[in-house]
Amino acid sequence: MKSIKNHLSLIVALISILFSIQVFIVVERSIDAYKENLAKNYSVVVVSEKRIANSEFLSIDGLINRVEELSPDNIINRLNTGMDQKNINLLKLTLPKFYKLYLTKFPTPKEITTLRKNLFSNPSISKIEDFSNNHDITYKLLVLFKGVILVFAIVVSIVTMLLILKELRIWQFKHSERMSIMGLFGAPTWLRSAVLFRLSIVDAIISSILIYLIFMYISTNRFVLQQFDNINIKVVIFDTLNDFFLLLGVSLVLSILLATMIVLGHKEEV
Amino acid sequence: MDKVILAKDVSLSYDSNQTIIKQATFSIESGSFVFVTGASGSGKSTLLKSLYGAIKPKQGSLIVGGVELNNVSKSKLNFLRRHLGIVFQDYKLIKEWTIEKNITMPLLINGYEKEVTLNQAESLLKHVRLKHQAGKYPMELSGGEQQRVAMARALSHNPILILADEPTGNLDEYSSQLIWNLLEGANTQLKTTVIVVTHHIPSTLNVDYKHYHIEYGEISEIN
Repeated sequence: MKSIKNHLSLIVALISILFSIQVFIVVERSIDAYKENLAKNYSVVVVSEKRIANSEFLSIDGLINRVEELSPDNIINRLNTGMDQKNINLLKLTLPKFYKLYLTKFPTPKEITTLRKNLFSNPSISKIEDFSNNHDITYKLLVLFKGVILVFAIVVSIVTMLLILKELRIWQFKHSERMSIMGLFGAPTWLRSAVLFRLSIVDAIISSILIYLIFMYISTNRFVLQQFDNINIKVVIFDTLNDFFLLLGVSLVLSILLATMIVLGHKEEV
Repeated sequence: MDKVILAKDVSLSYDSNQTIIKQATFSIESGSFVFVTGASGSGKSTLLKSLYGAIKPKQGSLIVGGVELNNVSKSKLNFLRRHLGIVFQDYKLIKEWTIEKNITMPLLINGYEKEVTLNQAESLLKHVRLKHQAGKYPMELSGGEQQRVAMARALSHNPILILADEPTGNLDEYSSQLIWNLLEGANTQLKTTVIVVTHHIPSTLNVDYKHYHIEYGEISEIN
């Protein structure tokens, strides 16, 4: 019981830091996945007087991923009120060409402006519809969401850091007596602080394992998965290898830093 | 005989305003038993602290176990302390460790194997009549029992010098007698030098001893 109490305080502080880091990672991934999804569905419609080859479009702006020529048949069918085939073919030749441009990623408003400028540098292009109004709203919502999550993560980190600093004082008080006594019997600094470092490393490992278990549960939770399905994205909630080692690294660095600060701040008892 | 402590014109103080020990000159031979007496606040504990390097002399020269303590390096001081057995008035046991682990601490610091440390702890616990309490924590023991643990810890690594600060200060007769017997045994059987700071020298002690008295910061030997 005593031993659990010794460990619990740091483990709780570490878990809250690791949790907020992982939540931020998941939100980042969700936004990226959502942006990718938007990019897949988002396109710019271009009207040109002359036919433009796909390769020419691709050379205009690196943002353009692929080009789809829109068939004029729909328009002609609507206009077709008893025209013969010869006139229809003639009309087809005089109609401007319509192209749908798919992009490599979901663009920022600035990228849209540059794209428009680059496209208009081609004299054949007469009109561009980029649906920028809708696009702007979606993009701004994403940026706002990301900003809110970032602020949330920063606030959680600050609060947890304050918790860790408080913990540092408690640890300093708790461990300084033992370190002083060992010092009176000639223990070198590394031996005096060995218990402290062992404790902090064990706590870092325990908190990483607990976070791993929490996120493993979350990543298989039906409710959570349903939320991602609702917005039609697939997100890796916890990458067993990369995320685990990243969080383990963070918790080890934090707890070793904490132990080092205690050792450096330790004043020998007279 | 070798001198285990050599003090020449040693002055001790906690701050620059008040000198607690004034220009003390004395020497203690290896294997001797020494009492240091004096009124409360006379500087007995301060003198003892200077012998294990917790306070550096403000003036003079102080050599303990061949180590000059005036400008001693951290590693040399640690080396000296590994060969001292210190008994504190307030026991200074590590609360979160069992008494067995407390006793083996100096052995652990000196790099002994775990098996050796456990054997030594068992033997010492038998000596201080606490074998049945090995797994308990200091706070679960009485003051007298805690001081017996501190005594066992001080003896565990066969130190060259035992420094005891009022080791029987608040103890009952049984525990006091046990402590004196252990100190006497270490001195007569193991030839360990023992320095005890105390208010009263026990009459039952069966050993030749030197007696220093501190008054107004001055140390004098009493014959």
